[in-house]
Amino acid sequence: MGSAHVRRAVALGVPLVLAILFPLLVNNPYLVSVAVSAYVTAIAVYGLNVMLGYTGQLSLAHAGFYGIGGYTVGILTSDYGFSFWLALPIALAFTSLLGHLIGLAALRTRHDYFAIFTLAVGVMIVIVIERWESLTGGTDGLIGIPAPGSIGPLSFTSLNSQYYLALAFLVFTIYVVWSLMHSLVGRTFLAVRNSEELARAVGIDAGRTHQLSFVISAALAALGGGLYAAFSGSIGPDVGDVPMTFNMLVYLMIGGVASLPGPLVGTILIMGLMQALQAFQEYTLMILGPILILVVVFFPGGLAGQGKVLFERLTRREADQ
Amino acid sequence: MTLFAQQFVNGIALGSVYALVALGLTLVYGVLKVPNFAHGALYMAGAYVVYVMLTAVGGSYALAIAVAVVVIAVMGAAMEFVVFRRLEGKSSVHAMIAALGVLFFLEGTADVIWGPDFRPVPTPLDGVVTAFGINITEQRILVIVAAIVAMAGLYFLLKRTLVGMSIEAMAQDREGALLVGIDTRRVALITFAISGALAAIAGALIAPLVLVFPTMGAVIILKAFVIVILGGMGSVPGAILGGYLLALAETMAGTYVAFAFSELIAFALLVLVLVFRPTGLFQKGV
Amino acid sequence: MSGAATLRVEQLGMSFGGLKAVDQVDLEVPAGKITAIIGPNGAGKTTFFNVVAGFYAPTAGRVLIDDEDVSGLPPHKVARLGVARTFQTTQLFPAASVLDNVIVGRRLHTRSNVFDAVLRSRRHRREEAESRENALEALEFTGARDLADVLVANISQEARKRVAVALALATEPRVLLLDEPAAGINPHETEGLTALIRSVAVERGVTVCLVEHKMRMVMDLADHVAVLNYGKKIAEGPPAKIRSDPKVIDAYLGADHDA
Repeated sequence: MGSAHVRRAVALGVPLVLAILFPLLVNNPYLVSVAVSAYVTAIAVYGLNVMLGYTGQLSLAHAGFYGIGGYTVGILTSDYGFSFWLALPIALAFTSLLGHLIGLAALRTRHDYFAIFTLAVGVMIVIVIERWESLTGGTDGLIGIPAPGSIGPLSFTSLNSQYYLALAFLVFTIYVVWSLMHSLVGRTFLAVRNSEELARAVGIDAGRTHQLSFVISAALAALGGGLYAAFSGSIGPDVGDVPMTFNMLVYLMIGGVASLPGPLVGTILIMGLMQALQAFQEYTLMILGPILILVVVFFPGGLAGQGKVLFERLTRREADQ
Repeated sequence: MTLFAQQFVNGIALGSVYALVALGLTLVYGVLKVPNFAHGALYMAGAYVVYVMLTAVGGSYALAIAVAVVVIAVMGAAMEFVVFRRLEGKSSVHAMIAALGVLFFLEGTADVIWGPDFRPVPTPLDGVVTAFGINITEQRILVIVAAIVAMAGLYFLLKRTLVGMSIEAMAQDREGALLVGIDTRRVALITFAISGALAAIAGALIAPLVLVFPTMGAVIILKAFVIVILGGMGSVPGAILGGYLLALAETMAGTYVAFAFSELIAFALLVLVLVFRPTGLFQKGV
Repeated sequence: MSGAATLRVEQLGMSFGGLKAVDQVDLEVPAGKITAIIGPNGAGKTTFFNVVAGFYAPTAGRVLIDDEDVSGLPPHKVARLGVARTFQTTQLFPAASVLDNVIVGRRLHTRSNVFDAVLRSRRHRREEAESRENALEALEFTGARDLADVLVANISQEARKRVAVALALATEPRVLLLDEPAAGINPHETEGLTALIRSVAVERGVTVCLVEHKMRMVMDLADHVAVLNYGKKIAEGPPAKIRSDPKVIDAYLGADHDA
């Protein structure tokens, strides 16, 4: 029991300490800014994981919610002078509400129909963003979105301070997902994914469970999107477009769907690699496509799944001796 | 009245393309039971083959279409052989994600080879036929006629050949088909090839009328999904009828209401169907 | 809410298209007793369960639990009114432990929501602990307590049957519907399961209604037997009477000839 506690403390503590020291260790603004985008994206990927990993439905509108969160923060702060700290919760609430309404229709279906329906929703969201020029700036997008305002002595204009803010939100997200999945609510998610029939037979409202998962997933996407808008200072329709959902799906599948570290590992790894290999940027899709297929066919648990298998093998050997 | 007739013909031409794409999608759904998100990329690839044949290789348009059909049929079969065959028995989510991977790969490859620009394709048939006060380009006439020929060919294949009957048997009951000695893997391979050929015909026919670009399949695949859901996943007549109806509705709405409106019709239909008949119009109950 | 309830169906009908899977069935499943529903394959037994448990809304007739009409309610509401069921294939979650599977059966008695989960509220901690305790108690009753921490993927078919019963019991049902509880296990294991089902009725005072093909088990266990054929009830009575009923023998022989 004691050693399990130690192991867990190490597994949590080491990455956290490394993340805190990262800007000081690398002392490279470019790398820090890459890390900020990775953290912000990872928050949204956690949302995708709630839906795909824990309740088992593939939502292809996910980047749409990311975009809506980003645009809501961008419009409220740059056009209406709202404080970021007010705009962000409004963006979350608005996107959750929208997610709820879309879910009411989309979740009348499951599996393949749900994927198709959400794909259509994703496309519609981008069409609305592109056409509603007076509000969204159309295909040019929004520029001049202010950085998050200061809280007391803490200001968020410098890159490093933004890094720590992104990290704080990321840790918060991971905590929320962890606590959710280690709760009575999270158990119903897994029960519904495993067998909707059995779950309903023991009194679980499967429809409400899917609905809740969808709303949480949309809210996390909006959190990531809102932070993205404030940190990058601008946002365009491509941020909410379907290819962005594909990217998030790649991060999630490679990192490990239905696992807690998976979304973070996959996002950091692939976004980091994509930055390192920028010379080959035009080949990104050509390479990511086959990688996605290989993962699905041979390693459906992704890196986290493989890591778990390795870990169990090692600990079993330990126990045998 | 003339405007109506004119738009009706245009709608039928567009519907021919929709129907061909939806047919390939519905056939693959029948045997695979998974929506093939990569299907639009096959349509795009078919259009590019014609583009290359007409601009770089030379030769007649008929030859270009024939080459596109063969190349894309092989691509479709390769998709089944390399990817989907390995996902048999896994959850549908896995197959859907793999299909997205294929889509990525094909769009990415087109982007690397030809770049993201919109490219015009030479129009081999640039004449215009005038009859009853309406003008129809020869290319549109070809689209309409060729699509009917392709559908007649498909009908013959499905109803009169052993392979076709196997495809239908498998779509209805995969295990049953296996039991009566149908080589389901071979049938799946052939179905993907046919589906690729149909997408190629659609892409090859539309190419001279539009601009080709790597993501040109993205919009039409969504419409094909709407058609297939309306017509019933796996239903051949449903795909054909649905294709023509959606295109006519779009053309008429674009003419008499507003152009922007026509694009939203497909989505509106999808929402309506899923809200009122969530499992699709013709899907069996639980 | 506790204690056995009487399950009664009146003129129950369920048709798919033109096919009548359940046709004008009247049946009373008396409180605290064990009632078996038998019949040849395709007689409509599982459909009958699906209608009673709310998976299908009946196309005719009513389902009553202690005179409360539950017809047409969705399954999770029927479960909350005290009807639990098991499935032919247990459908348990293989990648989770036995205990984690059974705790899910407590969800309908808990009220914790997302915010309780994230804030780790007192209510959540209390409900989590109570659920765990109740689930362990259900496992104890079904003789699967030792397996609590084992993954379902690693336990035997017989153990899965017991865990499935524990999961159903964890909901504190008044009526328990068992769909072929002994399918796929050997005669010796079947005897053990028979004893367990009897104790569910006798010790827990739960009304049991089961669908089963193993005749010896049915004759051994049931207080009351109803026979369905082509969706219609063709006979009803104590096991000894059913065994010698010519209509029942006919139905089974007929089915055998068809097969």
